[in-house]
Amino acid sequence: MTITTVEDNRIPLRARFTTWWVIFRIAMEERFVYRGDFALGTLMRFLPIITQIFLWTAIFQASPESKIAGYTRNTVIAYYMLTMISRAFSSMPGLCGGIALQVRNGEIKKFLIQPVDMLGFMLLGRVAHKAAYYTIAVVPFAFVFFLCRDFFDGWPDVEVLIAFCLSLFMGFLLGFFIEASLGLVAFWFLEVSSLVFIYNLLSFFLSGHMFPLNLLPGWAYEIVKVLPFQYLAYMPAAIFLDKIPRSELWTSLANEACWLLVFVVLARIMFQRGIQRYSGFGG
Amino acid sequence: MSWAIMNVGFYIIIFQFTNEIGAQTGWGKYEFFVFLATTWIINSIIQTFFMPNAQEFSELIRTGNFDFALLKPIDTQFIISFPRIDWSSLSTCMMGIGLLSYSLYQLMVVADVPLVLAWPVLFLYPLYLVCGVAIMYSVMISLAATSVWFGRNQTLYNFWFYLTNFSRYPMEIYKTGWGMGLWIAFTFFIPVLLVVNIPARFLARPLDGMTSADWQLAAFALCASIGSLFVSRRIFKRALRSYRSASS
Repeated sequence: MTITTVEDNRIPLRARFTTWWVIFRIAMEERFVYRGDFALGTLMRFLPIITQIFLWTAIFQASPESKIAGYTRNTVIAYYMLTMISRAFSSMPGLCGGIALQVRNGEIKKFLIQPVDMLGFMLLGRVAHKAAYYTIAVVPFAFVFFLCRDFFDGWPDVEVLIAFCLSLFMGFLLGFFIEASLGLVAFWFLEVSSLVFIYNLLSFFLSGHMFPLNLLPGWAYEIVKVLPFQYLAYMPAAIFLDKIPRSELWTSLANEACWLLVFVVLARIMFQRGIQRYSGFGG
Repeated sequence: MSWAIMNVGFYIIIFQFTNEIGAQTGWGKYEFFVFLATTWIINSIIQTFFMPNAQEFSELIRTGNFDFALLKPIDTQFIISFPRIDWSSLSTCMMGIGLLSYSLYQLMVVADVPLVLAWPVLFLYPLYLVCGVAIMYSVMISLAATSVWFGRNQTLYNFWFYLTNFSRYPMEIYKTGWGMGLWIAFTFFIPVLLVVNIPARFLARPLDGMTSADWQLAAFALCASIGSLFVSRRIFKRALRSYRSASS
Protein backbone atom coordinates (compact mmCIF):
# COMPACT_ATOMS: atom_id res chain seq x y z
CA MET A 1 0.00 0.00 0.00
CA THR A 2 1.34 3.45 -0.87
CA ILE A 3 0.76 6.24 1.60
CA THR A 4 0.89 9.81 0.33
CA THR A 5 0.33 13.13 2.02
CA VAL A 6 -2.51 15.40 0.92
CA GLU A 7 -0.02 17.72 -0.70
CA ASP A 8 0.38 16.96 -4.38
CA ASN A 9 0.91 18.66 -7.70
CA ARG A 10 -2.70 19.81 -8.04
CA ILE A 11 -2.06 22.75 -5.69
CA PRO A 12 -1.19 25.83 -7.76
CA LEU A 13 2.27 27.27 -7.28
CA ARG A 14 0.89 30.65 -6.21
CA ALA A 15 -1.14 29.04 -3.43
CA ARG A 16 1.96 27.18 -2.29
CA PHE A 17 3.96 30.42 -2.11
CA THR A 18 1.15 32.01 -0.09
CA THR A 19 1.26 29.08 2.35
CA TRP A 20 5.04 29.28 2.65
CA TRP A 21 4.88 33.04 3.20
CA VAL A 22 2.26 32.66 5.98
CA ILE A 23 4.33 29.95 7.68
CA PHE A 24 7.45 32.14 7.45
CA ARG A 25 5.65 35.24 8.80
CA ILE A 26 4.14 33.41 11.78
CA ALA A 27 7.50 31.85 12.65
CA MET A 28 9.19 35.29 12.43
CA GLU A 29 6.63 36.89 14.74
CA GLU A 30 7.04 34.07 17.26
CA ARG A 31 10.76 34.69 17.41
CA PHE A 32 10.52 38.45 17.84
CA VAL A 33 8.54 38.15 21.09
CA TYR A 34 11.59 38.15 23.42
CA ARG A 35 13.90 40.30 21.27
CA GLY A 36 15.65 42.12 24.19
CA ASP A 37 16.63 38.84 25.85
CA PHE A 38 17.63 37.51 22.44
CA ALA A 39 20.01 40.44 21.72
CA LEU A 40 21.58 40.24 25.18
CA GLY A 41 22.04 36.48 24.79
CA THR A 42 23.73 37.02 21.42
CA LEU A 43 26.12 39.56 22.86
CA MET A 44 27.02 37.21 25.70
CA ARG A 45 27.85 34.44 23.27
CA PHE A 46 30.92 36.45 22.38
CA LEU A 47 32.28 36.29 25.94
CA PRO A 48 34.20 33.03 25.28
CA ILE A 49 36.00 34.88 22.46
CA ILE A 50 37.63 37.02 25.16
CA THR A 51 39.12 33.96 26.83
CA GLN A 52 40.18 32.61 23.42
CA ILE A 53 42.03 35.88 22.73
CA PHE A 54 44.00 35.55 25.97
CA LEU A 55 44.52 31.80 25.62
CA TRP A 56 45.92 32.03 22.11
CA THR A 57 48.01 35.09 22.98
CA ALA A 58 49.56 33.01 25.80
CA ILE A 59 50.09 30.03 23.46
CA PHE A 60 51.81 32.15 20.83
CA GLN A 61 53.92 33.90 23.48
CA ALA A 62 55.31 30.55 24.62
CA SER A 63 55.58 29.01 21.15
CA PRO A 64 58.94 29.16 19.40
CA GLU A 65 57.13 29.72 16.09
CA SER A 66 55.31 32.90 15.04
CA LYS A 67 52.86 30.78 13.02
CA ILE A 68 51.09 27.60 14.09
CA ALA A 69 49.89 25.45 11.18
CA GLY A 70 49.92 28.57 9.01
CA TYR A 71 47.94 30.67 11.49
CA THR A 72 49.19 33.74 13.31
CA ARG A 73 47.70 34.68 16.67
CA ASN A 74 45.44 37.24 14.96
CA THR A 75 44.29 34.77 12.30
CA VAL A 76 43.36 32.17 14.90
CA ILE A 77 41.23 34.70 16.78
CA ALA A 78 39.67 35.89 13.50
CA TYR A 79 38.98 32.21 12.76
CA TYR A 80 37.09 31.74 16.04
CA MET A 81 35.02 34.84 15.34
CA LEU A 82 34.15 33.64 11.85
CA THR A 83 33.18 30.19 13.12
CA MET A 84 30.63 31.94 15.32
CA ILE A 85 29.00 33.21 12.12
CA SER A 86 29.18 29.83 10.41
CA ARG A 87 27.78 28.02 13.45
CA ALA A 88 25.01 30.59 13.69
CA PHE A 89 24.02 29.46 10.18
CA SER A 90 24.57 25.71 10.47
CA SER A 91 23.48 24.94 14.02
CA MET A 92 19.88 23.71 14.37
CA PRO A 93 19.10 23.58 18.07
CA GLY A 94 16.15 21.35 18.91
CA LEU A 95 15.44 20.26 15.33
CA CYS A 96 16.44 16.64 15.70
CA GLY A 97 14.82 16.19 19.11
CA GLY A 98 11.73 18.07 17.90
CA ILE A 99 11.19 15.69 14.98
CA ALA A 100 11.74 12.65 17.21
CA LEU A 101 9.27 14.00 19.76
CA GLN A 102 6.63 14.57 17.06
CA VAL A 103 7.08 11.00 15.83
CA ARG A 104 6.90 9.64 19.37
CA ASN A 105 3.81 11.52 20.54
CA GLY A 106 2.00 11.19 17.24
CA GLU A 107 1.93 14.90 16.46
CA ILE A 108 3.54 14.12 13.12
CA LYS A 109 0.24 12.78 11.78
CA LYS A 110 -0.93 16.36 11.22
CA PHE A 111 1.51 16.53 8.31
CA LEU A 112 -0.09 13.43 6.81
CA ILE A 113 -3.53 15.02 6.67
CA GLN A 114 -2.67 18.66 6.01
CA PRO A 115 -1.53 19.95 2.60
CA VAL A 116 1.85 20.91 4.08
CA ASP A 117 5.13 19.10 3.56
CA MET A 118 6.78 18.45 6.95
CA LEU A 119 10.38 19.00 5.88
CA GLY A 120 9.40 22.13 3.94
CA PHE A 121 7.44 23.44 6.93
CA MET A 122 10.37 22.88 9.28
CA LEU A 123 12.84 24.37 6.83
CA LEU A 124 10.73 27.53 6.57
CA GLY A 125 10.56 27.68 10.37
CA ARG A 126 14.35 27.52 10.51
CA VAL A 127 14.72 30.16 7.77
CA ALA A 128 12.45 32.42 9.82
CA HIS A 129 14.42 31.65 12.97
CA LYS A 130 17.71 32.51 11.29
CA ALA A 131 16.23 35.63 9.67
CA ALA A 132 14.92 36.80 13.05
CA TYR A 133 18.22 35.90 14.69
CA TYR A 134 20.28 37.91 12.25
CA THR A 135 17.89 40.86 12.26
CA ILE A 136 18.48 41.19 15.99
CA ALA A 137 22.00 39.78 16.19
CA VAL A 138 23.42 42.02 13.48
CA VAL A 139 23.95 44.85 15.99
CA PRO A 140 25.93 42.84 18.61
CA PHE A 141 27.78 41.01 15.79
CA ALA A 142 28.75 44.30 14.09
CA PHE A 143 29.76 45.79 17.44
CA VAL A 144 32.06 42.89 18.36
CA PHE A 145 33.55 42.60 14.86
CA PHE A 146 34.21 46.35 14.85
CA LEU A 147 35.99 46.09 18.21
CA CYS A 148 38.03 43.14 16.94
CA ARG A 149 38.70 44.48 13.44
CA ASP A 150 42.47 44.48 14.01
CA PHE A 151 42.51 40.69 14.08
CA PHE A 152 41.52 40.69 10.40
CA ASP A 153 43.79 41.52 7.48
CA GLY A 154 41.00 43.41 5.75
CA TRP A 155 38.20 42.37 3.43
CA PRO A 156 38.85 39.52 1.03
CA ASP A 157 38.22 40.01 -2.70
CA VAL A 158 34.82 39.56 -4.37
CA GLU A 159 35.42 35.95 -5.46
CA VAL A 160 36.22 34.90 -1.89
CA LEU A 161 33.26 36.86 -0.52
CA ILE A 162 30.88 35.14 -2.94
CA ALA A 163 32.36 31.73 -2.03
CA PHE A 164 32.07 32.63 1.67
CA CYS A 165 28.37 33.55 1.32
CA LEU A 166 27.68 30.41 -0.69
CA SER A 167 29.41 28.22 1.90
CA LEU A 168 27.34 29.86 4.67
CA PHE A 169 24.12 29.29 2.74
CA MET A 170 24.97 25.66 1.96
CA GLY A 171 26.18 25.21 5.55
CA PHE A 172 22.73 26.23 6.74
CA LEU A 173 21.00 23.75 4.43
CA LEU A 174 23.50 21.00 5.20
CA GLY A 175 23.06 21.52 8.95
CA PHE A 176 19.30 21.36 8.51
CA PHE A 177 19.21 18.20 6.40
CA ILE A 178 21.81 16.34 8.51
CA GLU A 179 19.83 17.00 11.68
CA ALA A 180 16.51 16.31 9.97
CA SER A 181 17.85 12.94 8.79
CA LEU A 182 18.97 12.14 12.33
CA GLY A 183 15.57 13.17 13.69
CA LEU A 184 13.78 10.97 11.14
CA VAL A 185 15.63 7.94 12.53
CA ALA A 186 12.94 8.20 15.23
CA PHE A 187 10.53 6.42 12.82
CA TRP A 188 12.61 3.30 13.50
CA PHE A 189 14.08 3.85 16.99
CA LEU A 190 11.68 6.41 18.60
CA GLU A 191 14.41 7.76 20.91
CA VAL A 192 17.34 9.48 19.21
CA SER A 193 18.88 11.52 22.04
CA SER A 194 22.01 9.32 22.22
CA LEU A 195 22.45 9.66 18.48
CA VAL A 196 22.11 13.44 18.76
CA PHE A 197 24.68 13.49 21.56
CA ILE A 198 27.20 11.58 19.45
CA TYR A 199 26.48 13.83 16.47
CA ASN A 200 26.96 17.01 18.55
CA LEU A 201 30.18 15.64 19.95
CA LEU A 202 31.61 14.73 16.55
CA SER A 203 30.31 17.92 15.02
CA PHE A 204 31.93 20.12 17.71
CA PHE A 205 35.32 18.47 17.26
CA LEU A 206 35.35 17.69 13.54
CA SER A 207 33.54 20.76 12.23
CA GLY A 208 36.40 23.01 13.30
CA HIS A 209 34.30 24.76 15.93
CA MET A 210 36.81 23.89 18.64
CA PHE A 211 40.00 24.74 16.72
CA PRO A 212 41.16 25.24 13.11
CA LEU A 213 41.25 21.80 11.49
CA ASN A 214 44.70 22.56 10.04
CA LEU A 215 46.07 21.98 13.55
CA LEU A 216 45.24 18.29 13.31
CA PRO A 217 48.04 15.85 12.44
CA GLY A 218 48.30 15.30 8.67
CA TRP A 219 46.61 11.87 8.61
CA ALA A 220 43.69 13.07 10.76
CA TYR A 221 43.24 16.19 8.65
CA GLU A 222 43.04 14.04 5.49
CA ILE A 223 40.23 11.96 7.07
CA VAL A 224 38.33 15.01 8.31
CA LYS A 225 38.55 16.61 4.86
CA VAL A 226 36.36 13.89 3.33
CA LEU A 227 33.65 14.17 6.01
CA PRO A 228 30.73 16.63 5.81
CA PHE A 229 31.31 18.16 9.27
CA GLN A 230 33.95 20.64 8.10
CA TYR A 231 31.32 22.54 6.08
CA LEU A 232 29.43 23.42 9.25
CA ALA A 233 32.11 25.69 10.75
CA TYR A 234 35.60 25.35 9.28
CA MET A 235 34.97 25.86 5.59
CA PRO A 236 33.32 29.35 5.63
CA ALA A 237 35.96 30.66 8.05
CA ALA A 238 38.83 29.11 6.08
CA ILE A 239 37.45 30.56 2.84
CA PHE A 240 37.19 34.05 4.34
CA LEU A 241 40.74 33.85 5.71
CA ASP A 242 42.06 32.64 2.35
CA LYS A 243 43.18 29.31 3.83
CA ILE A 244 41.65 27.40 0.91
CA PRO A 245 43.88 27.65 -2.17
CA ARG A 246 42.10 29.38 -5.08
CA SER A 247 42.55 26.29 -7.22
CA GLU A 248 40.54 24.26 -4.68
CA LEU A 249 37.95 26.90 -3.76
CA TRP A 250 35.18 25.95 -6.17
CA THR A 251 35.98 22.24 -5.95
CA SER A 252 35.46 22.46 -2.18
CA LEU A 253 32.12 24.18 -2.69
CA ALA A 254 31.14 21.56 -5.26
CA ASN A 255 31.97 18.85 -2.71
CA GLU A 256 29.80 20.65 -0.19
CA ALA A 257 26.96 20.80 -2.72
CA CYS A 258 27.33 17.02 -3.26
CA TRP A 259 27.09 16.37 0.48
CA LEU A 260 24.06 18.65 0.61
CA LEU A 261 22.40 16.69 -2.18
CA VAL A 262 23.15 13.42 -0.40
CA PHE A 263 21.44 14.59 2.79
CA VAL A 264 18.47 16.18 0.98
CA VAL A 265 17.80 12.88 -0.81
CA LEU A 266 18.47 10.88 2.36
CA ALA A 267 16.01 12.99 4.40
CA ARG A 268 13.36 12.67 1.67
CA ILE A 269 13.77 8.90 1.41
CA MET A 270 13.75 8.50 5.19
CA PHE A 271 10.58 10.57 5.48
CA GLN A 272 8.80 8.60 2.77
CA ARG A 273 9.90 5.25 4.22
CA GLY A 274 9.20 6.45 7.74
CA ILE A 275 5.57 7.41 7.15
CA GLN A 276 5.00 4.04 5.53
CA ARG A 277 5.89 2.25 8.74
CA TYR A 278 4.37 4.91 11.04
CA SER A 279 1.30 3.98 13.07
CA GLY A 280 -0.81 6.60 14.82
CA PHE A 281 -3.34 5.60 17.48
CA GLY A 282 -5.95 7.55 19.38
CA GLY A 283 -7.50 10.95 18.75
CA MET B 1 32.63 12.77 30.00
CA SER B 2 33.06 12.72 26.23
CA TRP B 3 33.36 16.51 26.25
CA ALA B 4 36.17 16.08 28.77
CA ILE B 5 37.99 13.64 26.46
CA MET B 6 37.64 16.10 23.59
CA ASN B 7 39.03 18.84 25.79
CA VAL B 8 42.11 16.76 26.51
CA GLY B 9 42.41 16.05 22.78
CA PHE B 10 42.35 19.79 22.09
CA TYR B 11 45.13 20.52 24.59
CA ILE B 12 47.23 17.58 23.38
CA ILE B 13 47.10 19.20 19.95
CA ILE B 14 47.94 22.61 21.45
CA PHE B 15 50.96 21.24 23.30
CA GLN B 16 52.36 19.94 20.03
CA PHE B 17 53.02 23.56 19.15
CA THR B 18 54.00 25.05 22.51
CA ASN B 19 55.63 23.96 25.76
CA GLU B 20 53.64 26.21 28.05
CA ILE B 21 50.40 28.14 28.27
CA GLY B 22 52.01 31.59 28.47
CA ALA B 23 55.73 32.26 28.46
CA GLN B 24 57.44 31.63 31.83
CA THR B 25 54.12 30.89 33.56
CA GLY B 26 55.06 27.38 34.67
CA TRP B 27 51.93 25.85 33.15
CA GLY B 28 53.62 23.17 31.06
CA LYS B 29 51.73 20.21 29.61
CA TYR B 30 51.26 18.12 32.74
CA GLU B 31 51.02 21.10 35.08
CA PHE B 32 48.19 22.32 32.88
CA PHE B 33 46.56 18.88 32.90
CA VAL B 34 46.56 19.09 36.72
CA PHE B 35 44.78 22.42 36.25
CA LEU B 36 42.32 20.87 33.78
CA ALA B 37 41.63 17.92 36.10
CA THR B 38 40.96 20.31 38.97
CA THR B 39 38.51 22.23 36.76
CA TRP B 40 36.64 18.99 36.00
CA ILE B 41 36.53 17.93 39.65
CA ILE B 42 35.11 21.26 40.84
CA ASN B 43 32.67 21.59 37.94
CA SER B 44 31.40 18.06 38.36
CA ILE B 45 30.76 18.64 42.07
CA ILE B 46 28.80 21.78 41.16
CA GLN B 47 26.87 19.95 38.44
CA THR B 48 26.13 16.98 40.66
CA PHE B 49 24.94 18.75 43.79
CA PHE B 50 23.97 22.33 42.96
CA MET B 51 23.19 22.87 39.29
CA PRO B 52 19.96 20.78 39.15
CA ASN B 53 18.67 22.60 42.23
CA ALA B 54 19.50 26.07 40.94
CA GLN B 55 17.63 25.27 37.72
CA GLU B 56 14.69 23.99 39.72
CA PHE B 57 14.69 27.14 41.87
CA SER B 58 14.02 29.37 38.88
CA GLU B 59 11.12 27.13 37.86
CA LEU B 60 9.68 27.15 41.41
CA ILE B 61 9.63 30.95 41.35
CA ARG B 62 7.95 31.07 37.96
CA THR B 63 5.23 28.60 38.84
CA GLY B 64 4.68 29.83 42.40
CA ASN B 65 5.59 26.45 43.90
CA PHE B 66 8.29 28.21 45.89
CA ASP B 67 5.51 28.85 48.48
CA PHE B 68 5.83 25.21 49.61
CA ALA B 69 9.55 25.65 50.32
CA LEU B 70 8.84 28.79 52.33
CA LEU B 71 6.24 27.01 54.45
CA LYS B 72 8.59 24.25 55.58
CA PRO B 73 10.22 24.62 59.02
CA ILE B 74 13.75 24.52 57.67
CA ASP B 75 16.19 27.07 56.26
CA THR B 76 14.90 28.00 52.78
CA GLN B 77 18.35 28.32 51.16
CA PHE B 78 19.25 24.86 52.45
CA ILE B 79 16.10 23.21 51.11
CA ILE B 80 16.50 24.96 47.77
CA SER B 81 20.19 24.08 47.42
CA PHE B 82 20.26 20.36 48.21
CA PRO B 83 17.11 18.35 47.37
CA ARG B 84 18.27 16.86 44.05
CA ILE B 85 21.51 15.12 43.16
CA ASP B 86 22.57 14.33 39.60
CA TRP B 87 24.88 11.37 40.21
CA SER B 88 25.70 10.94 36.52
CA SER B 89 27.70 14.18 36.56
CA LEU B 90 30.16 12.57 38.98
CA SER B 91 31.61 10.61 36.05
CA THR B 92 33.53 13.77 35.09
CA CYS B 93 34.92 13.86 38.62
CA MET B 94 36.23 10.30 38.15
CA MET B 95 37.80 11.39 34.85
CA GLY B 96 39.35 14.34 36.67
CA ILE B 97 40.87 12.08 39.33
CA GLY B 98 42.21 9.81 36.58
CA LEU B 99 43.80 12.71 34.69
CA LEU B 100 45.14 14.15 37.92
CA SER B 101 46.79 10.85 38.87
CA TYR B 102 48.33 10.42 35.42
CA SER B 103 49.63 14.01 35.32
CA LEU B 104 51.10 13.75 38.82
CA TYR B 105 52.78 10.48 37.84
CA GLN B 106 54.32 12.27 34.84
CA LEU B 107 55.43 15.22 36.99
CA MET B 108 56.71 13.19 39.94
CA VAL B 109 58.23 10.12 38.26
CA VAL B 110 58.81 10.63 34.54
CA ALA B 111 59.91 14.30 34.49
CA ASP B 112 63.63 15.15 34.29
CA VAL B 113 63.29 17.26 37.43
CA PRO B 114 60.72 15.30 39.45
CA LEU B 115 58.18 17.26 41.44
CA VAL B 116 58.24 16.55 45.17
CA LEU B 117 54.92 17.02 46.91
CA ALA B 118 55.24 18.55 50.36
CA TRP B 119 52.91 17.04 52.98
CA PRO B 120 50.93 20.30 53.59
CA VAL B 121 49.71 20.03 49.98
CA LEU B 122 47.70 16.95 50.92
CA PHE B 123 45.72 19.22 53.24
CA LEU B 124 45.83 22.43 51.18
CA TYR B 125 44.57 20.92 47.90
CA PRO B 126 41.29 19.51 49.29
CA LEU B 127 40.82 22.65 51.38
CA TYR B 128 41.04 24.88 48.31
CA LEU B 129 38.85 22.51 46.32
CA VAL B 130 36.17 23.14 48.96
CA CYS B 131 36.86 26.89 48.73
CA GLY B 132 36.49 26.72 44.94
CA VAL B 133 33.18 24.88 45.23
CA ALA B 134 32.01 27.46 47.80
CA ILE B 135 32.79 30.36 45.45
CA MET B 136 31.08 28.68 42.50
CA TYR B 137 28.05 27.81 44.62
CA SER B 138 27.83 31.42 45.79
CA VAL B 139 27.88 32.76 42.23
CA MET B 140 25.28 30.22 41.18
CA ILE B 141 22.86 30.76 44.05
CA SER B 142 23.18 34.56 43.64
CA LEU B 143 22.27 34.31 39.97
CA ALA B 144 19.46 31.85 40.73
CA ALA B 145 18.09 34.25 43.36
CA THR B 146 17.65 36.90 40.69
CA SER B 147 14.81 34.72 39.33
CA VAL B 148 12.69 36.41 42.00
CA TRP B 149 13.11 39.77 40.27
CA PHE B 150 13.26 38.62 36.64
CA GLY B 151 10.69 35.82 36.76
CA ARG B 152 12.57 33.72 34.27
CA ASN B 153 16.29 34.08 33.77
CA GLN B 154 17.55 31.74 31.08
CA THR B 155 20.00 34.40 29.94
CA LEU B 156 21.41 34.64 33.44
CA TYR B 157 22.09 30.90 33.48
CA ASN B 158 23.91 31.28 30.20
CA PHE B 159 25.73 34.15 31.86
CA TRP B 160 26.86 31.75 34.62
CA PHE B 161 28.44 29.45 32.04
CA TYR B 162 30.15 32.33 30.27
CA LEU B 163 31.31 33.84 33.56
CA THR B 164 32.80 30.61 34.85
CA ASN B 165 34.48 30.15 31.47
CA PHE B 166 37.07 32.66 32.72
CA SER B 167 38.01 30.31 35.56
CA ARG B 168 39.02 27.51 33.17
CA TYR B 169 42.37 29.04 32.27
CA PRO B 170 45.46 29.97 34.29
CA MET B 171 45.11 33.49 35.67
CA GLU B 172 48.53 34.48 34.28
CA ILE B 173 47.12 34.66 30.75
CA TYR B 174 44.98 37.67 31.74
CA LYS B 175 47.86 39.63 33.25
CA THR B 176 48.60 41.57 30.10
CA GLY B 177 47.23 44.82 28.65
CA TRP B 178 43.50 45.24 29.15
CA GLY B 179 43.34 41.75 30.60
CA MET B 180 44.55 43.24 33.90
CA GLY B 181 41.07 44.70 34.33
CA LEU B 182 39.57 41.24 33.93
CA TRP B 183 42.17 39.75 36.28
CA ILE B 184 41.31 42.30 38.98
CA ALA B 185 37.54 41.95 38.46
CA PHE B 186 37.53 38.13 38.47
CA THR B 187 40.04 37.82 41.31
CA PHE B 188 38.90 40.44 43.80
CA PHE B 189 35.24 41.23 42.98
CA ILE B 190 33.76 38.05 41.48
CA PRO B 191 36.60 35.71 42.51
CA VAL B 192 36.06 32.95 39.93
CA LEU B 193 39.73 33.05 38.91
CA LEU B 194 40.71 31.76 42.36
CA VAL B 195 38.46 28.71 42.09
CA VAL B 196 40.81 26.47 40.08
CA ASN B 197 44.04 28.44 40.02
CA ILE B 198 44.82 28.23 43.74
CA PRO B 199 44.32 24.46 44.32
CA ALA B 200 45.92 23.55 40.97
CA ARG B 201 48.96 25.70 41.76
CA PHE B 202 49.49 23.94 45.11
CA LEU B 203 49.51 20.56 43.42
CA ALA B 204 51.31 21.29 40.16
CA ARG B 205 54.22 23.32 41.46
CA PRO B 206 56.71 22.88 44.32
CA LEU B 207 55.53 24.51 47.53
CA ASP B 208 58.94 26.07 48.23
CA GLY B 209 58.66 27.92 44.91
CA MET B 210 55.64 29.88 46.11
CA THR B 211 56.26 33.62 46.32
CA SER B 212 54.84 35.85 49.04
CA ALA B 213 52.33 37.13 46.46
CA ASP B 214 51.19 33.52 45.89
CA TRP B 215 50.67 33.01 49.62
CA GLN B 216 48.80 36.30 49.91
CA LEU B 217 46.54 35.24 47.07
CA ALA B 218 45.94 31.88 48.74
CA ALA B 219 45.05 33.64 51.99
CA PHE B 220 42.76 35.96 50.09
CA ALA B 221 41.08 32.93 48.45
CA LEU B 222 40.12 31.65 51.90
CA CYS B 223 38.61 35.03 52.80
CA ALA B 224 36.99 35.30 49.35
CA SER B 225 35.22 31.95 49.70
CA ILE B 226 33.81 32.87 53.12
CA GLY B 227 32.94 36.36 51.83
CA SER B 228 31.23 34.91 48.73
CA LEU B 229 29.06 32.64 50.86
CA PHE B 230 28.15 35.59 53.09
CA VAL B 231 27.30 37.90 50.15
CA SER B 232 25.29 35.19 48.33
CA ARG B 233 23.36 34.56 51.57
CA ARG B 234 22.53 38.29 51.75
CA ILE B 235 21.41 38.30 48.10
CA PHE B 236 19.25 35.22 48.69
CA LYS B 237 17.63 36.75 51.78
CA ARG B 238 17.04 40.01 49.93
CA ALA B 239 15.44 38.08 47.07
CA LEU B 240 13.16 36.25 49.53
CA ARG B 241 11.85 39.57 50.82
CA SER B 242 10.92 40.58 47.26
CA TYR B 243 9.15 37.30 46.48
CA ARG B 244 5.52 37.54 45.47
CA SER B 245 3.74 34.27 44.97
CA ALA B 246 2.67 33.46 41.43
CA SER B 247 -0.05 31.03 42.48
CA SER B 248 -3.70 31.87 43.05
